[in-house]
Amino acid sequence: MKIVVCIKQVPDTVHVRINERTGAMEREGVPAVVNPYDLYALEEALRLREAHGGSVAALTMGPPQAEAVLREAIALGADEGYHLSGREFAGGDTLATSYALARAVERIGEVRLVLCGKQAIDGDTAQVGPELAEHLGLPFLGFVRRVREAHPGRIVVERMTEEGADAVESPLPAVLSVVKEINTPRLPSLKGKMRAKSFKATTWNAAAIGADETRLGFAGSPTKVVKVFHPEARRGGEIIAGEPAEAVARLAERLRSQGFC
Amino acid sequence: MATVRVLPVQCTGCGDCIASCPVAAIEMRGGEAFITDACTACGICVTACPAEAIEMEHVKPAARPSEPSRGVWVFAELRHGRLVGVSRELVAKGRQLADRTGTELTALVFGLDVGAPARELVALGADRVLGAEHPALELFHDDAYVEACVALAAGERPEIMLCGGTVLGRAFFPRVAARLGTGLTADCTSLEIDGESGILLQTRPAYGGSLLATIACPDRRPQMATVRPKVFTAGAADPGRTGEIVIRRDWEGVIRPRTKVLEVLEEVVQTVNIADADIVVAGGRGMGSAENFGLLEQLAKALGGAVAASRAPVDAGWVPYARQVGQTGKTVCPKLYIACGISGQVQHLVGMQSADVIVAINKDPQAPIFSVATYGIVGDALEIVPLLIKALGRGSRG
Repeated sequence: MKIVVCIKQVPDTVHVRINERTGAMEREGVPAVVNPYDLYALEEALRLREAHGGSVAALTMGPPQAEAVLREAIALGADEGYHLSGREFAGGDTLATSYALARAVERIGEVRLVLCGKQAIDGDTAQVGPELAEHLGLPFLGFVRRVREAHPGRIVVERMTEEGADAVESPLPAVLSVVKEINTPRLPSLKGKMRAKSFKATTWNAAAIGADETRLGFAGSPTKVVKVFHPEARRGGEIIAGEPAEAVARLAERLRSQGFC
Repeated sequence: MATVRVLPVQCTGCGDCIASCPVAAIEMRGGEAFITDACTACGICVTACPAEAIEMEHVKPAARPSEPSRGVWVFAELRHGRLVGVSRELVAKGRQLADRTGTELTALVFGLDVGAPARELVALGADRVLGAEHPALELFHDDAYVEACVALAAGERPEIMLCGGTVLGRAFFPRVAARLGTGLTADCTSLEIDGESGILLQTRPAYGGSLLATIACPDRRPQMATVRPKVFTAGAADPGRTGEIVIRRDWEGVIRPRTKVLEVLEEVVQTVNIADADIVVAGGRGMGSAENFGLLEQLAKALGGAVAASRAPVDAGWVPYARQVGQTGKTVCPKLYIACGISGQVQHLVGMQSADVIVAINKDPQAPIFSVATYGIVGDALEIVPLLIKALGRGSRG
């Protein structure tokens, strides 16, 4: 089974601190990493390959430095890495991005399963997975927490809902987005690291994937950013001092006066 | 990149923007910042620049699509045959937007039997309800929802389409947007009509809520958004209101779901799930053990709320993942959030800092949670929480 995993390079928010005065993110020295959810998608792809055979290709779109995430995917065990790179892709919203990824998945060819993380931690839209499925005309299964069964022509997954989960069966090929509960990603092996060193990504521009340039990047994006601003910084309020019993009594009084009980 | 530009005279060459750029797309050239092709137009440098020397090319909302489009549409989600909370909130918001633009509010409702919720939607403020009834719409089959939604929208060209940012909404609405070839803004927390152009201004948190971005979809219709639950306020139902209800039952050849729901596993034991709860009591590493979460259950019970957790107790296996609040869990927006033994790392804060009132209980007076708390008590949660249960129990129902 040929599996494509979509991965994105994002700033590592674990290292981000909020400047208390301005409320701005301090990004100095913040490394770029693989979007954490995408690592669960990659791990699941590697496990499916181990159980059922086939191959795993990592696919990313982004500026030249984004190739680093493909290198990491190779170190973790992916067989191939594809990089959509070029100014025509820059500034794309989810519609333009998913269109480009769909053309790339078609160019890779014979893909049975596309795995994505449930969302990227920079944009938090969770839209690229389902929009990719739509462009490819494939079923979409979102927020998957477990793959119960995988067969050449169908898959059974558990997908998270507000109240638990649904067990859902879908024919393949299909597009899945996964949540972190699905697995614990492995660390790169020594062999993998060696492979990553000599790895060279397959880099494609719009022409290489046969994409209509008017549907890509900023020009192909129906949504436009009007402005970006900081939310009103939430300030710390009152620290209720005193002996525990006394402090609690005062807290209870405040909560009661606001109608909470 | 055409969308972000540096104003040469104003740039002081301080380099703050370089540090702020998540994709390393800014370089210093000749003592001034230079934006390279790697720019993704995220706009972060605009707010990072202390000299206000970086500009984002603003949308000129003058251009309107040539074909006419009309009406505000909201998708009303059912769970167990009943409207979910965010659907009521959407009707209230949709009503406001429709009045503002002088148009009609249409609500969509899908399921096996939508008669009663359709009447409720009219009472809540819809001028018209378009219902879809089909066995595949009882449970969530993405395909069926997409086809029904697209079929209803295709003939009418709505101006605006909104949907709740629930698991269901965030899975099927993007497919609808892609099919209609239009934009979709995820998880909006504010929706306003631009006075001049009449365009929908959609504001949403980005980078885990540390930035807000206002997005517009100037040239294509419908303008689509998913909306974060509990941000807008639901209105009261007026049973005397009248409206048109049209329920379509013949979906022959349109709804042909490829997926099949084999089993519905309901695991949220408590009656309220954390994203829907008005009051959330959350525990962190400081709770010490799975058993101690029993205290939080008691506190939640006393307040009529739900129990949640930060990442550490979930990773330790004390609490199921479905209850995790924060970047890799859920975002909640309750009226009251009580954080017990949670230090408040940024990944947690982004999931709860829009709560109306935040109470923090933590041993460490330096814990970042206090910087967002409305009320804080410095102390051991294991000591404070039992006292609080007692104090609230005493005064509540008497």
